[in-house]
Amino acid sequence: MGSRASTLLREEEIEEIKKETGFSHSQITRLYSRFTSLDKGENGTLSREDFQRIPELAINPLGDRIINAFFPEGEDQVNFRGFMRTLAHFRPIEDNEKSKNAAVSEPLNSRTNKLMFAFQLYDLDRDDKISRDELLQVLRMMVGVNISDEQLGSIADRTIQEADTNGDNSISFNEFIKVLEKVDVEQKMSIRFLH
Amino acid sequence: MAWFTIPVENLMCRCLCIFITVWLTLLIVFIMVPAVLGISFGIRRLYMRTLLKIFEWATSQMEMGAKEKNQQLYNPCNGIIAKKPPTSLQQDLQELRGSASCPRSEPQFEMADIFFFCRRGVESILDDEVTKRFSSQELDSWNLLTRSNYNVRHISLRLTVIWGLGVLVRYGVLLPLRVTLAVTGIGLLVVLTTLVGFLPNRELRFSLSEKIHLMCHRICVRALTAIITYHNRENKPKNGGICVSNHTTPIDVIILANDGCYSMVGQVHGGLMGMIQRAMVKSSPHIWFERSEVKDRHLVAKRLSDHVADKTKQPILIFPEGTCINNTSVMMFKKGSFEIACTVYPVAIKYDPRFGDAFWNSSKFGMVYYLLRMMSSWAVVCSVWYLPPMNREEGEDAVQFANRVKAAIAAQGGLVDLIWDGGLKRAKVKDAFKEEQQNLYSKVLLGEQDEGDLGDEQHLEDENPEEDERNQDPTKEQ
Repeated sequence: MGSRASTLLREEEIEEIKKETGFSHSQITRLYSRFTSLDKGENGTLSREDFQRIPELAINPLGDRIINAFFPEGEDQVNFRGFMRTLAHFRPIEDNEKSKNAAVSEPLNSRTNKLMFAFQLYDLDRDDKISRDELLQVLRMMVGVNISDEQLGSIADRTIQEADTNGDNSISFNEFIKVLEKVDVEQKMSIRFLH
Repeated sequence: MAWFTIPVENLMCRCLCIFITVWLTLLIVFIMVPAVLGISFGIRRLYMRTLLKIFEWATSQMEMGAKEKNQQLYNPCNGIIAKKPPTSLQQDLQELRGSASCPRSEPQFEMADIFFFCRRGVESILDDEVTKRFSSQELDSWNLLTRSNYNVRHISLRLTVIWGLGVLVRYGVLLPLRVTLAVTGIGLLVVLTTLVGFLPNRELRFSLSEKIHLMCHRICVRALTAIITYHNRENKPKNGGICVSNHTTPIDVIILANDGCYSMVGQVHGGLMGMIQRAMVKSSPHIWFERSEVKDRHLVAKRLSDHVADKTKQPILIFPEGTCINNTSVMMFKKGSFEIACTVYPVAIKYDPRFGDAFWNSSKFGMVYYLLRMMSSWAVVCSVWYLPPMNREEGEDAVQFANRVKAAIAAQGGLVDLIWDGGLKRAKVKDAFKEEQQNLYSKVLLGEQDEGDLGDEQHLEDENPEEDERNQDPTKEQ
């Protein structure tokens, strides 16, 4: 109650997040406000239930995978830094030219990092390759009960066949990049944040 | 000269007596009598205008302060992201793939499809239509209440002094006054309705109880310093109809009952609420349900229909959303009250958030705390529009009728018309909606053309029979 976003987040923290993610001061403040509104437990971190409370996310077929992407390996809570780090993947690439920190090695929202984010949505066990099984599971999440197992299996097989170049029957990150080289990833995986 | 020998305590006693007498006289003359007679001196509107000027001054002060420090004021009203207008899943995916849909022998899947769901998902994490409806609306200018200030850094000394004065006035003067009035209003209601209930003559009972209800509601309205503007009074609900309205707070009831007599619908409560309910029902036909009866749709529908069929009975007041929403949108109307064959009188209520946040966030604070908050805000300013009566048309089912009424109310009140269920405040969204999304995606995979694709609209199916005030808002304040 009472004072909110702009006072609970310290200036130093905002500066650090700015350097790491490239968001502007006002964007960080506004995102912090959103973070606290989702944080029903008011303990400074979000749990999976907090995300699932968003109806539009709950009805998204890949909702659970997206939520999972926010949580580091084995953890059940994500703090504001982690939240921002994940969201930074969705900053438009053009924004980087306006930012002053050219010293960052590879910004979180580079094409490669965006593709890595998408790759990790498929890679369920985080072993850096998408196996046939994992692909099937993700496909099943997206289509529900509307497509039969055989059809889904053949879709998965075909997809792996087209992408797999080294014959290990799974898709590595490099093979994934190759498959999507013609897709405008920058535009499809970017969200326009207002200043 | 003997005057000087009177000890100080006596003097103070006398001063106190004079003060109390004056205070009570003012109270009675300026508040009680107009309430009883239904006239207004216009004091509250003057108060409202003065307050607005002060708020504007306060905001400009803060802006000046921020400019000096070379920073910007945090304005919560701008969105976080720029959202595209919602298009159908099919259109978006085809845009993604860059190909037109045509029936294919084999389903075509592309790994890039995931981007579509991914972006949608993250957009909803950043800014979704539903969760923000269950918390207070944010203001773009400060109204001298700590509870709505986001720019605490920019408050100058001058502003702090004014704020301090404001606190003194609100808690020291207004709050006790309002509490006194509220207690008087409720007390009178209980006592008088019980007395009237003993009268044998039905006609006399009815007309007297109407007057009593109106009078007590007017006192309660003054207890909240509610400044209400009624529009289109010629459309006021008539006997034998149902009045539906959007729901923001339990005070909605008082605001509507200030201008007309309605039959309330609700659950029977215990304690103080129960006593008030029992008293009210002695003199006029309110509909109170036992907890067990609420689940029985037919019983509920029957009782409502019976009431409506009797033309001597007042119109029923129902809030079809079933829960309090924060007055920026109207959420799904439960179809129960639209199944009854009678005229529906829609009413739109819009609160002005600058004077005090009227929304009751029942998950955050209880009823008593909420009322104290309301009584320590500046005022409750709202507009009430009576919309022209609507009837169910041929071939229209209850859900469509409900949506039509909802659209009319949203349009009039300047609220966003949502199809999401207000019950999502507490409950999880139904799996059926996710299945619908999966269904739509499958169709795209298989290359099927879907004429009936409504995009992301959900087909509604409600389970709850009644949309009256439930356990979370034990509202019967009168």
